[in-house]
Amino acid sequence: MSALVKAAEKEGHLNVITLPSNWANYGAIMKDFSAKYHIKITDANPEGSSGQEITAVQQLKGQSRAPDVVDVGTPFAVEGANDHLWAPYKVATWSNIPSNAKDANGDWYADYGGYVAIGYNPAKVKVAPTSFASLDNPAYKNMIGLNNSPTTAGAAFAAVYAAALANGGSFGNIEPGIKYFAHLKQIGNFVPTAIGGPTTVQNGTTPILIWWDYLLASEVKPVVPGFKIIIPKDSTYASYYDQAISATAPDPAAARLWEEYLYSTTGQNLWLAGFARPIELPTLVANGTVDKTAYAELPPAPSGALTFPTDAQSAQAENVVTQNWATQVGS
Amino acid sequence: MADPATQAAAPEVVTPGARPSRVPASLRGVLRWLGVVPFGVYIALGLIAPAIAIAIASFQSSSGGFVKTSSGFTWSNINTALHGTYLLGLKTSILLSIATSIFPGIFGLLIAYAIFTAKRGNLLRQIVITASGVFANFGGVPLAFLFIATLSTTGIVTGWIKAIFGVDIWDHGFTLYNATGVFFVYMYFQIPLMVLVILPALEGLRPAWREAAQNMGAGTWQYWRYVGGPVLFPSFLGCLLLLFGSAFSAYATAEALSGGTIALTPIQIGALLNGNVLAGQENLGYALGLIMVVIIAIVMIIYTVVQRRAARWLR
Repeated sequence: MSALVKAAEKEGHLNVITLPSNWANYGAIMKDFSAKYHIKITDANPEGSSGQEITAVQQLKGQSRAPDVVDVGTPFAVEGANDHLWAPYKVATWSNIPSNAKDANGDWYADYGGYVAIGYNPAKVKVAPTSFASLDNPAYKNMIGLNNSPTTAGAAFAAVYAAALANGGSFGNIEPGIKYFAHLKQIGNFVPTAIGGPTTVQNGTTPILIWWDYLLASEVKPVVPGFKIIIPKDSTYASYYDQAISATAPDPAAARLWEEYLYSTTGQNLWLAGFARPIELPTLVANGTVDKTAYAELPPAPSGALTFPTDAQSAQAENVVTQNWATQVGS
Repeated sequence: MADPATQAAAPEVVTPGARPSRVPASLRGVLRWLGVVPFGVYIALGLIAPAIAIAIASFQSSSGGFVKTSSGFTWSNINTALHGTYLLGLKTSILLSIATSIFPGIFGLLIAYAIFTAKRGNLLRQIVITASGVFANFGGVPLAFLFIATLSTTGIVTGWIKAIFGVDIWDHGFTLYNATGVFFVYMYFQIPLMVLVILPALEGLRPAWREAAQNMGAGTWQYWRYVGGPVLFPSFLGCLLLLFGSAFSAYATAEALSGGTIALTPIQIGALLNGNVLAGQENLGYALGLIMVVIIAIVMIIYTVVQRRAARWLR
């Protein structure tokens, strides 16, 4: 570790990409890392997408401004590994990362994420929802929203997947999730606006919003007094972003030190302070090293191991939703 | 697309060689074409090149990976685009566009006529024209949000109606979140757009024509049937076409209101090209784009044929 620190400090520079300073607490994380190791961080294209990160790795190859590390969605991490874009690396706490949330070879590893959750404004929602099944209640007429269309937004797609799990579906069968929302639409509970968010909760268009728990906590809770977030008790669907080091990183030592820092107790707790669930959260809780204030802001994690759909399952589910969302849920 | 505002203009009388000139005829021909070069370049780069690129990509199979290795001719994109939810999307888009061009077309014409008959310099007339310019360009997510804030279940106007009349319109079948709702919202920018584009044509109706008709004993109906109507009709058709194009390509408003529950082709293209859910099906998006281009081309051809018939008397 001290050799790594020395090598990284000698490089004195780290290129990251698409890390918004107000997202998952990255602003504080980058500041702390820079101060600690005297390594200057360049954050390219802070508002960019996973796809743009991959493009940058490919196109800036060999240049000193090429990204050293990326933070991407799992399909992109897997594709990158298939295209041999990543340098395998296993952080010191490698064994604390669940095996289905990392590449066995060390090409990529889950960093932070969260669960599909139901957020609601108790001022307008008198009966507290507890599950997907509980949303089938006439008291919630014209109340329930998604953040966007499940044919375009990952979070809304995940919500349909989660609803499928609650209604007898599986990772291989998302159909019951579509039927579930079609039913909610039919009884008038589901408001199919594509601009669900803090504003639609505030103005009462969607006092109940199904979204990622960390986004409900970071974006809606601060502006809606008393806002409550629960993870539906009949379905747990989690999704995590992934870290990977570029195989052609101009600052390879700094990149590895950055990963060690992110997966240290400090780095993990900083993510948590930004409402993102760090992948090693169960370890932090077990060791008593978790930032308790930040931890209390998120709904308690469901018990049981994390499970994720395979790439093939996701791809199939995407096509099923695309083909059936408008025909079944629309009127 | 043709600028409908120019449709009512009198036919141009071309008299070659009428102006005495010392420039040789051959060079004059070249010079005449030189003037359209900037426009030609603009059309080539902005319209023709992208259209060709879309057409080519529509027939290529796409690989799922990030290294773009599009290759191989295939009908599968077009085939998929003409089945299932994509076919439904095309049907809904066309129907919605027809409805949201004809109704605003008629309303817009009536409003424009009311403005036309008002005196020039009339304050209300100025206000209506200026407001039309503003409203016609108001769209996208802000427009959807405006309607959600005023007319959704918790909207301000919904609340007023409830307070005054004791009726909750949402309990009586009113909704913003389906095709009828989108139709309703499109009126907001389509009617002012119609007012703006048809007004120049109305102003082309000379008062002298009406006076002449009246002198010959024509009543109001006869004037409109034999003079005003035929003069206006080609422009009116052109305006409808513009409204059709405007509705056919509208995207963000419908998406924000429907959350993908209404199948509309532009929204589907957006999901295929920009979305975070579907990966590696960009070529299907191009195929849908190509079909939209073909539909607009067909509409343009129909328009040209009808317009020629309608304007036959002008020649």
